[in-house]
Amino acid sequence: MNLNQDKPQEEGSKRNTELVIVTWIFIVLLLLLAVWVSYLEIFRRDSLNSNINNTRKSGASENVIRGNIITTDGTILASTSIDDSGNETRSYPYANIFSHVIGYASNGRAGLEAEENYDLMTSHTSLLTQIRKSDDGEKIQGDTVVVTLNPTLQQTAYYALGSYRGAVVVMEPDSGKILAMVSKPDFDPNSISSQWQNLVADESSGVLLNRASQGLYPPGSTFKMLTTLAYLREHPNDYDSFSWNCTGSLSQGDVTITCYQGEQHGTESLETAFENSCNTAFAEIGLNLKPDSLRNVAEDFLFNRSLPTELQTSGSVFKQTKDSSAGEKMTTAIGQGDTLASPLHMAMITSTIANGGIMMRPYLVDHVETYDGDKVTKNNPSIYKKLMSADEAQILSQFMQGVVTSGTASGLSGAGYTVAGKTGSAEHDVGDSIGTHSWFCGFSNVDDPDIAVAVIAEDAGTGSAVAVPIAKKIFDAYYYG
Amino acid sequence: MNLNVLTTAVIRAAHYLILILMVVYTYSAYAAFRTRNRGGRDKLFLRQNKLMLAIHFLAYMTMFLQSLNTELLVFYGAQLIFFLFVLLLFRNLYPKISKSLLNNMCMLMMIGFVMITRLSYDESVKQFKIACLGMIVSLLIPLIIRKMHVLTRMTWAYVFVGIGLLGLVMVASRSVNGAKLTLTVAGFTFQPSEFVKIIFVFAVAGLLAGEHSLKRVIIATVLAAVHVGILVVSTDLGSALIFFVTYLVMLFIATRNPFLVSIGILAGAAAAVAAYFLFSHVRVRVQIWKDPFSDYANTGYQLAQSLFSIAAGGWFGTGLDQGSPGAIPYVEEDFMFSAILEEMGGIFGICLILVMLAVFIMFVNIAMKLESRFYRLAAVGFGTTYATQVFLTIGGGTKLIPMTGVTLPLVSYGGSSLLATTFMIAIVQGLYMLRSDEVKEEYEEERFQQSKQGRYGEDETLRPSGPYPQGEPEPGQAAGRRQ
Repeated sequence: MNLNQDKPQEEGSKRNTELVIVTWIFIVLLLLLAVWVSYLEIFRRDSLNSNINNTRKSGASENVIRGNIITTDGTILASTSIDDSGNETRSYPYANIFSHVIGYASNGRAGLEAEENYDLMTSHTSLLTQIRKSDDGEKIQGDTVVVTLNPTLQQTAYYALGSYRGAVVVMEPDSGKILAMVSKPDFDPNSISSQWQNLVADESSGVLLNRASQGLYPPGSTFKMLTTLAYLREHPNDYDSFSWNCTGSLSQGDVTITCYQGEQHGTESLETAFENSCNTAFAEIGLNLKPDSLRNVAEDFLFNRSLPTELQTSGSVFKQTKDSSAGEKMTTAIGQGDTLASPLHMAMITSTIANGGIMMRPYLVDHVETYDGDKVTKNNPSIYKKLMSADEAQILSQFMQGVVTSGTASGLSGAGYTVAGKTGSAEHDVGDSIGTHSWFCGFSNVDDPDIAVAVIAEDAGTGSAVAVPIAKKIFDAYYYG
Repeated sequence: MNLNVLTTAVIRAAHYLILILMVVYTYSAYAAFRTRNRGGRDKLFLRQNKLMLAIHFLAYMTMFLQSLNTELLVFYGAQLIFFLFVLLLFRNLYPKISKSLLNNMCMLMMIGFVMITRLSYDESVKQFKIACLGMIVSLLIPLIIRKMHVLTRMTWAYVFVGIGLLGLVMVASRSVNGAKLTLTVAGFTFQPSEFVKIIFVFAVAGLLAGEHSLKRVIIATVLAAVHVGILVVSTDLGSALIFFVTYLVMLFIATRNPFLVSIGILAGAAAAVAAYFLFSHVRVRVQIWKDPFSDYANTGYQLAQSLFSIAAGGWFGTGLDQGSPGAIPYVEEDFMFSAILEEMGGIFGICLILVMLAVFIMFVNIAMKLESRFYRLAAVGFGTTYATQVFLTIGGGTKLIPMTGVTLPLVSYGGSSLLATTFMIAIVQGLYMLRSDEVKEEYEEERFQQSKQGRYGEDETLRPSGPYPQGEPEPGQAAGRRQ
């Protein structure tokens, strides 16, 4: 049997057909390498350079003084000074107020000092200046990182949270700019080296953890924003006809859901149930939603996903599945159970509602410039995804405004600006007893939202009692200075 | 301005000049395929030599200015003499060899010398000594190919030596961790799989060159599978893949039967899936490829560092001695390309890929013109080995594909790899000269019969109309290959 399908005496040209095919395959493969290298250079370079594990600095790092971190209005948040004998000192004028978000650059790196390390240690100043400096034996000043943070809001949030552990995130819904990010307990980055042993030894309080982006909490009733959305998606035309008679508790199997302090809300529509943060109504909704409805909504909104940002974040968790028990369905629908979310994540969800359903990628760095002010790179607002229709966002906004005018966040009404929001009182186990985290998520100037806020105060009590007044101070500071 | 400023300025200028010269060289490597008249080609090849030596000079000057280590000057001098000798000897002893291939080979070796010197002076001296040895042997190879036709009839010897060597390594180095499998003979440590690549290509060429009955194909396939199997068991996955691809390509060229090759590809895919589930080290490699940062501190560290290197360099590179490619473990063996990208930049790296592509095209080009089935298959086999190795190394180091741990031919540190690749190129040069002989005989015959003018400049296959116009002759065109 002869497997050669051609005559033994082939013509040269015809004989080469297979070789030509093989050659083209390899040419394409090797060219693919060149294309891939280009792809890495164009699209992956920045994120690799700012990767948290990357300890490489720019080529001439030994000759570079770490750049400053400033705000867009020129307030210095971190700078490096050199004394006469050449010792460099990193100083943070606001000490504890920006501790986690700015981070530190000794004893390892954290926060923006870690994320922007590459830029801070790179100089894009003119070649001539660089050569002149190195000629004089001077170091070159690294680039300046200009951040979106607003010092007034950051200070207000810091002092408003007071001695509570917890976090505050303030962002612009239509741009994704983060205006404030507070986490407590805090530390003074100026004395990080001398305090290091104490900070690391104190494992129980997790001082070094940025709770705003990496802390995971049960979202409590703030999660009802998503439960409501899941209900709206199943009942786009007849959600108005939802009616529920709250008797203060609802049992299913061995799980009983009660409203806060056993309060009986009586007959409610979807809107009033939302305003009252009625647990039995939402537990009932949770029982009746199609098996994957809530999970689909939660995962659309980035539960069990990583958040689209360069910041270091922890992934929020949503565990309910098709096979979950009735009890799990009820607890999940009211934001208890195994669901966990970070304050930044809740601020993003709130911003999405404020921004007509479009989620923006949150960011902290407005631009990078040389020490003498020439722009190097600029971050522009970028859309992550449209996650809900404008109509859905409109309905949720309206419900959330009701929470402020006649519901659990009425402490924010009559302040001279409009607010839409949702409170939460998230219960969690503390040893044998039960603690309650106080949550508030909301945004101001409902018709054309200005800022979105997420507040959590650990073990502080109800949302209305603690988180709402904290949020009010922030809104006041934004509108009245 | 004092010396310090001047030095900095000179080093910067040298860096950008190297990049420009590299781009010009790469262009000329392809211009060589297009230029038809002999005078133009000779001028072009001479210019390539000047470009290469200029880059060589600038690179060592940069390294010297930064270290002020006078040993570097001596080392540079030795290398300069080496390159001049190689270029002059080959050109004079074998006027008919492909100068394109010779120049590209020297270019790649030069880049390797520079980068290894930058990474580890001691290793670069070792590498250089081995290169000298390799060149002395290589000078004889074209002669051997030309005179010893017995080489085409030693099929079974190739098979036994190849399988024997691979088997010996497998048994002897069970205890060695990882895929770096070596044999130590009389104080010299070498990696037999590099040399078995050459032997294997000859063996397969011998097996498939004659009539290819089903029986013959089955024998060849079984023997190839034994080679691949030993390498897989030795956890040398990169080499196993190279042998596998080489065999498939040679089988396709020999039998011209796409059905057989399809079966081969399917079997290969099935084996890959099986390997994934059978061997934990395969799963680890795939996991690293999917996300090197998920286990950054351990398994992902090497690839993550490689990516950081690439990102640190950008399009233009940090300049020699200005980056920190040493942060990548085993950089001079497995991640040479990343080190080059860091210090010489993406543009230089892409040029390097294109020069390697030119080497491959030349291999195929030579194969296309050979009449002897055995030599033709051998040339195709070598070309495939080379291209596959380039693809696996660069693709693995840049996270395009999972890492397989093979070296970048002629550039990476590693004596066995360097020797094997120079031998391979020398063999192909020998084949190129054979083809010149063949052509000459036919030419004279043709001229006698048809009084028809032919063109016999080297590298002629590639014309501006497309890389392989001979592949698709126009209908009715008689004797398409040499009209």
